[in-house]
Amino acid sequence: MLEFMTILIIKTLVVFVVALLIVAYSTWIERKVLGHVQLRHGPYRVGYHGLLQPIADGVKGFFKEELIPDNADKPLFLLAPIISIGAAVTLVVIVPFGDKITIMGREITLYLTDLDVGILLVLAISTIGSYGGILGGWSSGNKYGVIGGLRGTAQMISYELSLALAVIAVVMVSGSLSLIDIVNSQTGLWNIVKQPFAFILFIICGLAELNRTPFDMPEAEAELACGFNVEYSSMKFALFFMAEYCHMFVFAALVTTLFLGGWHGPLIDGPHWFFLKVFIIIFFCVWERSTFPRLRYDQVMSFGWKILLPFGLFNILLTGLWMLIFNI
Amino acid sequence: MADKDYVLNISDRRPTGKFITPILKGLGYTLKNFFSKPITIMYPTERREVSDRWRGLHRLKVDAQGELKCVACGLCAKICPSQAITIVPYEEAGGTRYPKVFVINELRCIFCGFCQEACPKDAIELSKVYDFVDYQREDFIFDIEKLKNPEKYIFNGK
Repeated sequence: MLEFMTILIIKTLVVFVVALLIVAYSTWIERKVLGHVQLRHGPYRVGYHGLLQPIADGVKGFFKEELIPDNADKPLFLLAPIISIGAAVTLVVIVPFGDKITIMGREITLYLTDLDVGILLVLAISTIGSYGGILGGWSSGNKYGVIGGLRGTAQMISYELSLALAVIAVVMVSGSLSLIDIVNSQTGLWNIVKQPFAFILFIICGLAELNRTPFDMPEAEAELACGFNVEYSSMKFALFFMAEYCHMFVFAALVTTLFLGGWHGPLIDGPHWFFLKVFIIIFFCVWERSTFPRLRYDQVMSFGWKILLPFGLFNILLTGLWMLIFNI
Repeated sequence: MADKDYVLNISDRRPTGKFITPILKGLGYTLKNFFSKPITIMYPTERREVSDRWRGLHRLKVDAQGELKCVACGLCAKICPSQAITIVPYEEAGGTRYPKVFVINELRCIFCGFCQEACPKDAIELSKVYDFVDYQREDFIFDIEKLKNPEKYIFNGK
């Protein structure tokens, strides 16, 4: 029992630190890639090619002044970033980094838990995470914040559905809700080949869930002056930011797990394939951000309900027929 | 077809059915930019070449013997529209004139270059130094020693 606890605690710490490092350095990747796309350098001065920039930003975040507006709902205002980051970090628990390995005669799994309903947990907790943004916008006593929060709610409801539909198609093919089983079911053929439509759907809805640029309604800089986090400063703002990038990491991990075969790859299977794929997805997230302009709010809504939802249902129907005909 | 996109006619604004190719084209464009070299000039370490006619900090020229060319005639101080130049002349026994005091207030100066044009001895010129910074107003009042070598005051990022 003691041994089990020790292993679990060490594993938790390692996973947590790795996740936070990825979160910190995805901000670096974001700024660097955006810079190079715009023919700039991005961060350059702090460390070699700005490699220490995330640490400098973190230190700066701690030392900035905290501001709470007079007409803010104080308890909720303080709670909102905690909900946001809490939900985002909780999601890291189910990320399967790799298969079992043997260290010092003990078999150690490279994931924290193998939940039977892993993917359901992801959908549930990512919805809870969106409460952070909504409550933050609502409680800050600012019109922009409220509008950002409301948009966030509407968008979350619309795209959560299509996201779930994309996941259902994958679950149908894999025959399990556990992320480990889903990865193991893709040993020969990755799900991106079996489910190309679900992959596209998942990417689009995932970007909408992440509030990334073509769908960044809650924090539309130009129209809402940063939306739900407009009144936040100092570490509370940094927590929202970390939550956003943590969600991005989890999204990348989920795409890897559900569609790109997780830790499987040519030659040796292992966590290095997982991290490579996660990096590619994170790069894609930044790349598409640098390419697309923000959609109009009503266009986002009609796109979600009129195109993506029927598309997801159609994909499930197609998958069902395919499984019926080929008797899988 | 390309011209038609700019006409503000609502009937032309209907979806053309082309969604995938423009998206891929855009992604390709940004990826191409990502792999091309940034055009940034990393300022304090590397800097853009300025024009030969650039008007920066003043320099008091010296001749081959290391003496100031200036004879303290006062034409530059006279023509200076912002009255930034102060000269106190000094005449030796042999009749040679030097400036005893030659002070330019670089905060008053508008870098018009009239002093350079007015000088009959070609003793003052405007160098290409454009980024000189300091902490106090007194530091911008340049005397003869400072004016002899304006390149010393180029900003080096410290």
